Amino acid sequence: MTLIEWIKQPWPWYIAGPLIGLTVPTLLILGNKSFGISSSLRHVCAACVPAKIPFFSYDWKKEVWNLFFVVGIFFGGIIAAQWLADPEPIRVHQALVSELAGYGINDYTSLIPLQVFNWPALLTVKGLVMMVGGGFLVGFGTRYAGGCTSGHAIMGLSTLQWPSLVATCCFMAGGFIMANLILPFILSL
Amino acid sequence: MTQSVPALKETNTDFEVRSLDAMCVNKSDRDDKKWYKNIKYMIVGMLFGIVFVKAEIISWFRIQEMFRLQSFHMYGVIGSAVVVGMISVWLIKKFKIKTIHGETIEFHPKTFNKGQIYGGLIFGFGWAITGACPGPLYAQIGTGATVVVITLLSAIAGTWVYGYFRDKLPQ
Repeated sequence: MTLIEWIKQPWPWYIAGPLIGLTVPTLLILGNKSFGISSSLRHVCAACVPAKIPFFSYDWKKEVWNLFFVVGIFFGGIIAAQWLADPEPIRVHQALVSELAGYGINDYTSLIPLQVFNWPALLTVKGLVMMVGGGFLVGFGTRYAGGCTSGHAIMGLSTLQWPSLVATCCFMAGGFIMANLILPFILSL
Repeated sequence: MTQSVPALKETNTDFEVRSLDAMCVNKSDRDDKKWYKNIKYMIVGMLFGIVFVKAEIISWFRIQEMFRLQSFHMYGVIGSAVVVGMISVWLIKKFKIKTIHGETIEFHPKTFNKGQIYGGLIFGFGWAITGACPGPLYAQIGTGATVVVITLLSAIAGTWVYGYFRDKLPQ
């Protein structure tokens, strides 16, 4: 197996997790930056539509590193998809496969279910709720909580902040409630 | 450190606004001078994005497995990231490691407010629906899922609406 074939396989958690953890000291050592991604959404608001709202009235240019960072994530996505993609379909737990089949989801060629997330689906109630509604909850919730998985779960827990532990537990609780109790109804729409 | 004092005063009100709940409260003035100094953060983001895709962290399916306790993968990723982050922060504090510019690395304690509960639950709902937290949204678009641009714009709108109603929400 060549190196490139080896890299193209899905990476196990014990490789990916530590690499993500290393982002914390890397950003700190490069320029005293606290790891966090959802702040980028706020900086976009401050840059594009501050509308004299105090929450967005700050000098976003001083936080521009964060926007460079997320643009980098976007480029990382391009590189991984263009040159490092795994040709095999994603392997998913059998119980999930059976459950999703009940909602007509059986395409595993992409990392996201293309049968749910696509442009024409935006004109359906299900697509609207999932893409527009879901995105809204992500943006509103992360800012209300003061951070997302990166800022709270990884950076916050790494620095032993108990409010971040509360936030992380609530992220998980919200996810469990949605995935098991509410999402089945949305997927049936 | 003496030269950073006037800069700190000058940006103080700004700092207060940011420290309300932005995560990036500690910033380096040195980087702000020239835009290209930020390219290093883009490179870190790029490597981070590759890990996101290759470990399938950006996958809606993996997130569904996580919330159904059908796979250890995501717990392993987040758990080991936290452990490595903790050890790194401990080492930085213990050996008083400085930034590449020789500045002292600062940590800012987060204060508890009810937003971490309400906002946390709301984000959890959105996370399970979209299968993505903010970071993976950018990476998903990069992999060619162009429609995720709509989800990202909606997330920006959600952030804006939060900012608009911030004073009326329980904190």
